[in-house]
Amino acid sequence: MSERTFVGGIHPGYFKDFSSGKPIASARAPAQVIISLHQNIGAPCEPVVQVGDEVKMGQKIGEPKGFVSAAIFASVSGKVTKIEPFNHPLGNPLPAIFIENDGQDTPDEGMKPQKPLEELSAEEIRQIAKDFGLVGLGGATFPTHVKLSPPPEVKIDTVIINGAECEPFLTADHRQMLEQADDIVYGLKAFMKALGATKGIIGVEDNKPDALASMGKAVAEGKGEYDIELHSLHTKYPQGAEKMLIKATTGREVPPGALPMAVNVVNQNGGTAVALAEAIKLGKPLYERIVTITGPGIKEPANLIVRNGTLVKDLIEQCGGMTEDVRKLVLGGPMMGLSQATDEVPVIKGTSGVLLLTEEFVKELPIDPCIKCGKCLEVCPMALMPNFIGSASEKNKIELAEKYGAMDCFECGCCTYTCPAKRPLVQWIRIAKGEIGARRKK
Amino acid sequence: MDRKLVVSSSPHLRSPENIQSVMLDVMVALFPVALMAVFLFGYRALITMVLATLVAMITETLIVRKEDWFGDGSSAVTGLLLALTLPPDPPWWVVVIGSVVAVGIGKHLFGGVGNNIFNPALVGRAVLVVSWGAHIAGDVWIKPTPFNFAADIVTEATPLATKAASLGDLFIGTVSGSLGETSALALIIGGIWLYHRGHIDWRIPGVFIALVFVFGLFDGGFNMGLYHVLAGGVLLGALFMATDMVTSPVTPVGKLIFGGGCGLITMVIRLFGSYPEGVMFSILLMNSLTPLIDNLTLPKRFGEVKQSDA
Repeated sequence: MSERTFVGGIHPGYFKDFSSGKPIASARAPAQVIISLHQNIGAPCEPVVQVGDEVKMGQKIGEPKGFVSAAIFASVSGKVTKIEPFNHPLGNPLPAIFIENDGQDTPDEGMKPQKPLEELSAEEIRQIAKDFGLVGLGGATFPTHVKLSPPPEVKIDTVIINGAECEPFLTADHRQMLEQADDIVYGLKAFMKALGATKGIIGVEDNKPDALASMGKAVAEGKGEYDIELHSLHTKYPQGAEKMLIKATTGREVPPGALPMAVNVVNQNGGTAVALAEAIKLGKPLYERIVTITGPGIKEPANLIVRNGTLVKDLIEQCGGMTEDVRKLVLGGPMMGLSQATDEVPVIKGTSGVLLLTEEFVKELPIDPCIKCGKCLEVCPMALMPNFIGSASEKNKIELAEKYGAMDCFECGCCTYTCPAKRPLVQWIRIAKGEIGARRKK
Repeated sequence: MDRKLVVSSSPHLRSPENIQSVMLDVMVALFPVALMAVFLFGYRALITMVLATLVAMITETLIVRKEDWFGDGSSAVTGLLLALTLPPDPPWWVVVIGSVVAVGIGKHLFGGVGNNIFNPALVGRAVLVVSWGAHIAGDVWIKPTPFNFAADIVTEATPLATKAASLGDLFIGTVSGSLGETSALALIIGGIWLYHRGHIDWRIPGVFIALVFVFGLFDGGFNMGLYHVLAGGVLLGALFMATDMVTSPVTPVGKLIFGGGCGLITMVIRLFGSYPEGVMFSILLMNSLTPLIDNLTLPKRFGEVKQSDA
């Protein structure tokens, strides 16, 4: 059997050892949570509570403003004290609901087990995903019920669970595969049932043999009449990118500009599968998630279950604080994560990691001219020409950037990582993409 | 929060490789070649190589007015590569002019590292060949005498002219010729290092050498095919000059075309031209086509199907 992978990609340092051995634990519930109304790709939420209202844990506090959106829930019980803009991982302050924690964790009446999976219809599973505010937890935060609602002419035959966790440093998925493998399989079965898919695939990078063993056992015990396969994937960034994962596990290539459903596939993150399993079994809305707090700049790395709206500052304190030489705070992984100007920023549904990087990772590198070594072409998983797109964008030749395939770039960052001339290629490509997108709208 | 954080666009990891480390790898790859040159041609080889390298570095330092003499190392590589294309003992002023032209005109007149169209070392050599041919390609080929550091020298015709050297001598390098071209063994070791370090692709040297071999077959069978590959500058050119990142295509198909063009032109000159050797001109000619080749061979994007397949 040929090795399951894709063409291109890089082998950066993985730095998983900081936190991969740390079992999932609960983070301290903060005295106040600040729950952003912008938590997913698509439309934000409107608050459905008012200042002064008492809310319960798991109570819906934000109602989606469109189909591509997901509801938001209180992560503690207590009193709504403010509704106003606050720091957001994306950089600009955005509206958020402030809740003072009463420390009681009084659950909402809506939090009760649903029917067992065997009795649920496809439509009911979609409704659960929608009602409980599920979004993709890998970081893209695409609303789950939308993924489960393909147009009627599209037949989904395969659901793929992404257990690659190819971003360096992050270990939340890894720990979930060790500790919640049964729920991942349960969630996958629910996805398959909702989509009428005949095949389920779980893809795990081969640098996590313990996760492969744990998932193998869970699949064997839990798959029942479902056709579920576990695939060991070559360890290479960005193996977990949706198009790369589909290529590696099914051999299918998603055409440029298309979604996975174009090749009859839906991808879901392992964490999202667990969230769906918990929504069905416990009636638990998505008000907390697992976050890896890691990096050379944190004293005690950990994988914590964190309530939505907890400030990153609180998490850092709980992990022993940051070291003296911390220079960068990243939410997410080091390849695609967002660096932050402050640690007073709340955890949202898409916050997979809190990464503290020290001086050695934050050197300012002079940008040299392109020496046309072509290494960016070799690593680009989309087989683009990052050097040409980057140079075109640098010179503001946007049409040329488009011709070289700028819009196919999903910003994995392999080109910038690799470039020996230290050219900020993916950054220039982002600028070109923004410009092309703006022109198309006109 | 009491400390300032750096905010930048992802990725937040960078590979340790930079232009200087790439150039140092090229220097390492050239080390066995240079060592072999000194072994075969003695102190004269050492003087020529050191002179060319130093003049190249000085020229760049003067042009860009920088503090750091070594810089990214690319000028040192250019100087050393130029020396390796020269006979063992040219007049000192020929070496100096070649090196100044290589870095000054070949590289910086076009805008410096990354912007030059032609391989700088070959630009330097081309000017010397055309201007002072007698010192570069006349009766200048010292007979190699390992471990002989005597002052006396004996010259002889090159194997490309005689077509009479043994394949063994050509492989080891105990034949007359330019400093860096005689020892196939040393060049192959350097080439393997560059390949191992990910700095060269198999396509350009592979197709270049394969075409030279195939054309050589028509010049006298299997042995002559090998002879054409091992004699003269094919290996030096294919492994170290045609693979110059800046002046060769970046696309996979473009690399095949480039290597093919180099091999074809080399053999046309060798078999039908008035020069005995065609490696330099073939690479310079193909250099001029590089931007065109790149633009005509844009790779197929992930998931893209040709109209006819759809």
